[in-house]
Amino acid sequence: MGKTITEKIFEAHLKDEPFSGTQVISLDVVMCHEITTPIAIADLEWRGKDRVFDPSKIKAVIDHVTPAKDSKSAMQGKIMREWAKRNGIKDFFDVGKNGVCHALFPEKGFIRPGYTVIMGDSHTCTHGAFGAFAAGVGTTDLEVGILKGVCAFRRPDSIKINLTGKLQFGVFAKDVILEVIRVLTVNGATDKVVEFRGPVVDAMTMEERMTLCNMAIEAGGTSGVCLPDAQTVEYLWPFIQNDYAGKDAAVADFKKWHSDSDATYVATYGIDVSKLEPATTVGYKPDQVKKLSEVGDVVINQVYIGSCTNGRLSDLEIAASVIKGTKLADNVRGVVSPATPAIFSQAMEMGLLRIFMDAGYCVVNPTCGACLGMSTGVLAEGEVCASTTNRNFNGRMGKGGMVHLMSPASAAASGITGKLTDPRKFMIKKGE
Amino acid sequence: MKTFGGPVLFLDRSDINTDEIIPAKYLTEVKKEALKPYLLEDLKMDGFNPAGSWRSSSRVVVTRSNFGCGSSREHAPWALEVNDITCVIAVSYARIFRQNMFNGGMLAIELPESTVNEIFELGKNGALGCAVEVDKSKLIFSWNGGSKEFDFSISDFDRALVKAGGWVEFADARY
Ligand code: SF4
Repeated sequence: MGKTITEKIFEAHLKDEPFSGTQVISLDVVMCHEITTPIAIADLEWRGKDRVFDPSKIKAVIDHVTPAKDSKSAMQGKIMREWAKRNGIKDFFDVGKNGVCHALFPEKGFIRPGYTVIMGDSHTCTHGAFGAFAAGVGTTDLEVGILKGVCAFRRPDSIKINLTGKLQFGVFAKDVILEVIRVLTVNGATDKVVEFRGPVVDAMTMEERMTLCNMAIEAGGTSGVCLPDAQTVEYLWPFIQNDYAGKDAAVADFKKWHSDSDATYVATYGIDVSKLEPATTVGYKPDQVKKLSEVGDVVINQVYIGSCTNGRLSDLEIAASVIKGTKLADNVRGVVSPATPAIFSQAMEMGLLRIFMDAGYCVVNPTCGACLGMSTGVLAEGEVCASTTNRNFNGRMGKGGMVHLMSPASAAASGITGKLTDPRKFMIKKGE
Repeated sequence: MKTFGGPVLFLDRSDINTDEIIPAKYLTEVKKEALKPYLLEDLKMDGFNPAGSWRSSSRVVVTRSNFGCGSSREHAPWALEVNDITCVIAVSYARIFRQNMFNGGMLAIELPESTVNEIFELGKNGALGCAVEVDKSKLIFSWNGGSKEFDFSISDFDRALVKAGGWVEFADARY
């Protein structure tokens, strides 16, 4: 019987099966940020076990609240900094070099096809875009990962999402994943890996695949995953060029992580993306999705462009192309956070930041910040935000605030009109 | 092993997320005890008062499906734990939350929807207590004038974590 990519990765990393159905796997990368790691560090110290299993496999960043906004967040950064130093963790990204974890770590080439990755962060599923098994975990799993380099999972079943058709003008990876979540519902993928397949995924860039995999958790998924191919090799080439004779050889090698054609899935969904329109969420759950053309007049107070879902260069480019030459509506504030320093500096060189600033946006440093209602753009009670982030829970971006999730193009268009807006009328079709 | 059982707090809603269990603004705390006053602070649910008397009395939560969805923050189970709530009973959980409960040596028990409905009905008799017999996999609900037993099952691994006191203890002894 054939195997899925996830089953192959588990088999290659299986360390123990303490009980039937429970698999303990070895970890290639353990990623850490300042919100969920300090308590693990404190517990390790308390147990007299302030060690790491392999400093080269630990990647750490201060990203959620940075630069520190108060004494407490400053203390979290200090704990991380001192821990990384005394444990010889070289890949530690402090203020000035830091960015949103799920944008920064791929950019550094830390994730490879076939890897196993955990982090104390639910959107770790993003890294599945590289053909890895990447799962968000809690602090205790993280602590054991740091100390022992292992993590336990139930034997992972997979759901296959087959994406066919052609994306219409103005429709993006974000609209696709919102549709997938609408179909799966918020717990339709619980305890399962969401495998994104089909010609639409094959044609997507790595940035678009990361947007897809990023939100697998919003359907409850343990992870999202795409099969590694020429796109993956192209993205990773600077980091793997010494390992392979050429790109073709790398593509051929990565095929070992492809799901077999007779692999078993607990469910398969076919979605024809040709029928999709620009979409948004309209409630406190990410599966409450509607076409923007059907939401009516929803007045907004803020536009937020950034996060691990849509704060990458291509996202800023699309948003800037919509915004160029316009101004934010009177009732709207705009905040844009390029997700990493590299993205920030590229956006600066390309003149994108100038376009945002001319339109009236506040450009802030790379950080999670407003995405989880911690800093740089928190909403006031009763305020509404058009946001490129991934979570619209009640209070997520500030107590009493309402978050509408959408693509960067849609968020940008909404900023111009001051209401939730279908971006197509603000976009110019290529070749026209 | 931790102690389990006591007065029940009913949370009659599905999809209660970790932001509702403990809002993100408290995640800068680096001590679990500090989370105590903020448990369920942002939960919007008819008839629920985050500052109600349940805070001091409740030891068990009974709720609907997909409890603990959203963020991976273990602050959610910790916020329960520092309020002496060590057992949650639900139709289903988000994976990370469920694992976090067992990783901390706590119980996240799954029961069929019809059984959970029945427990909600029992709650209408007035204050409900729940005794938990981990070894016998039994829950005994009692109220003024009656009691009712239910069996539950957890995986062998989850049981081992509860017995060991958590995943760090289990992993440290084994790997
Ligand atoms: S950008 Fe938002 S969703 Fe992504 S890691 Fe940061 S807080 Fe989490």
